[in-house]
Amino acid sequence: MLRGSALLELTRQRVLAFLRRPEAVFWVFAFPLVLAAVLGFAFKSGKAASSRIALLEESSVLFERLEGAPNVELELFSSRVQAELALRNGHVDVLVLEGEPPVLRLDAARQEAEVARLRVLVAISEVESDRLALDEVTERGSRYIDFLFPGLLGMNLMGTGLWAIGFAVADMRQRKVLKRFLVTPMRRSSFLGSFLLARLVFLVLEVVCLTLFAVWVLDVPFRAGLLQYATLCLFGAIGFAGLGLLAASRVKTTEGVSGMLNFVMMPMWLCSGVFFSYERFPDAIHPVLRLLPLTAMNDALRATMLEGAGFGQILPELGVLLFWTVVPFFLALKLFRWS
Amino acid sequence: MSGTALQARGLVKRFGDLTAVNGLDLEVRTGTCLALLGPNGAGKTTTIEMLEGLTRPDQGTIKVLGLTWAGQAQEIRERIGVQLQETRLTEKITAKETLRLFKSFYAQSRSIEEALGIVKLEDKANDFVETLSGGQQQRLTLACALISKPSLLFLDEPTTGLDPQARRNVWDIVESFKSEGGTVLLTTHYMEEAERLSEEVVIVDEGRVIAEGSPQGVIGRLEAESIVELHPRDGGAQRLEDAQLLGLPGVRDVRRAAASITLSVTDTQASVGALLGLLGEQGIALETLQTHAPTLEDVFMDLTGRHLRDA
Repeated sequence: MLRGSALLELTRQRVLAFLRRPEAVFWVFAFPLVLAAVLGFAFKSGKAASSRIALLEESSVLFERLEGAPNVELELFSSRVQAELALRNGHVDVLVLEGEPPVLRLDAARQEAEVARLRVLVAISEVESDRLALDEVTERGSRYIDFLFPGLLGMNLMGTGLWAIGFAVADMRQRKVLKRFLVTPMRRSSFLGSFLLARLVFLVLEVVCLTLFAVWVLDVPFRAGLLQYATLCLFGAIGFAGLGLLAASRVKTTEGVSGMLNFVMMPMWLCSGVFFSYERFPDAIHPVLRLLPLTAMNDALRATMLEGAGFGQILPELGVLLFWTVVPFFLALKLFRWS
Repeated sequence: MSGTALQARGLVKRFGDLTAVNGLDLEVRTGTCLALLGPNGAGKTTTIEMLEGLTRPDQGTIKVLGLTWAGQAQEIRERIGVQLQETRLTEKITAKETLRLFKSFYAQSRSIEEALGIVKLEDKANDFVETLSGGQQQRLTLACALISKPSLLFLDEPTTGLDPQARRNVWDIVESFKSEGGTVLLTTHYMEEAERLSEEVVIVDEGRVIAEGSPQGVIGRLEAESIVELHPRDGGAQRLEDAQLLGLPGVRDVRRAAASITLSVTDTQASVGALLGLLGEQGIALETLQTHAPTLEDVFMDLTGRHLRDA
């Protein structure tokens, strides 16, 4: 029997043990698809939401002027008390009361209220719309869903990379299987290599499923070179695998590793531009945020996928990912405990 | 059968302030079984893990099949089979697949079917590990240890937590391994197991050897023909003095527990007769009176004053 087959056998069993757990398969494959689908459909339509404007039934003058105004939905209330209640719990965006001039009641902290105020203002002051010509953005690649998808893919690669390795290693250590392997002639490199290989198998499945879904169903543009896209995903996957290995290098229990992995991932969920751009954070910390592996992954994915950027343009991000590949692996090998 | 399969000299292992193993010597002859016997915390597992190369001793030397861990670790690993305490195999993997994995680690090995046959799990080959009973899982971990045709087998408490039938199944497997010339190092706290499987027992307590030899030889040191245990009624044990008991013919030793007294005797008939006479004189009624041939358990009691199981 060939020695090299230990690597393949370990890999095969990693894959089998995973596929035989339906709940794990759901969280890795189905859940991101569901998330992308829900968010995708929620943000796919380019139509602006209407403003809901409350009026009292007796306000007939206002009713006439506002009825039929663009993007305005009127709600009539028989009493002031009911109208105030609807305003308070966010059922309507503003309440307009008759008077000279009419009075607008609103909560200034709500963005929808500001939008509604402008729409009411335009409707009652009869500003001619040709004072400002409109040209709507409709190209694919500039909608929110186009921004969101690469972030979701990056987040998923991070999650599965960290969990697949971190959790499995801690679990095997807890079950004393690592220790059992240690008294066999199994090479440690085969063991660690099998995690990477198994990871690559799932990486292909994950990336292909999610990307096809995004392109076909959500109509997200794909302007990337395939080789560059594949390389980038590979870089990311291996980087996150190293981080997962590092997180699990010492922890003795699966509970311990869960906490550790959440600790590692939480800052990146928030700060790496998954759901919203990290540009919203103060300028001073942008350079720091760009050093996070998920930020680099997301930026590079967006540039590659949406803008068709070449290798040359994503070199800084690849550099960051390479750093996160080499350093955690090296540290993990130093710190790793088998028992 | 001659030669030494395993040799350890002056093993010491400390964990912080605790000295788990304190100057331990061992020698296992090729083709025999040595049982390391002792209560929990005696240092059995630490010792066996040092011999398996999992833990580095602070002091002392180890030779496994004539090889050292420092120089020839991979060669040793090719030639030993190990069953650790508490290994939980992957649940969603079948018995056959589990063996296939372990087989892939070794340069030489037997077939999966043969290994399953040895542990009598042929009909469970395609069952997931999680569906196997405790005894079947234990047999599967034994098969994993045997897949490489090892010449030396390490078993750390192989039958702890198993029911009597499952325990006997494990014993049968170990005996058949020995019958083919295999050497075994076993740790256990079951006396019966040590007496049945091993040519040599080493009793350890607090990290050092307190007795060693063949099971019969070690038991023979008690110089007792039998052990007499009596439970007098109504606190009668307190009314019997050690001096009175030692004065009876054939009584070598007296030991007391809460409400019972244990005597080591060299002449069962004379001692028991005299004992019953003494009880009659003092008007002490008996709850129970038992005699049995001395066992390793009694040796341990004699040496430490404690029971093996609950020490």
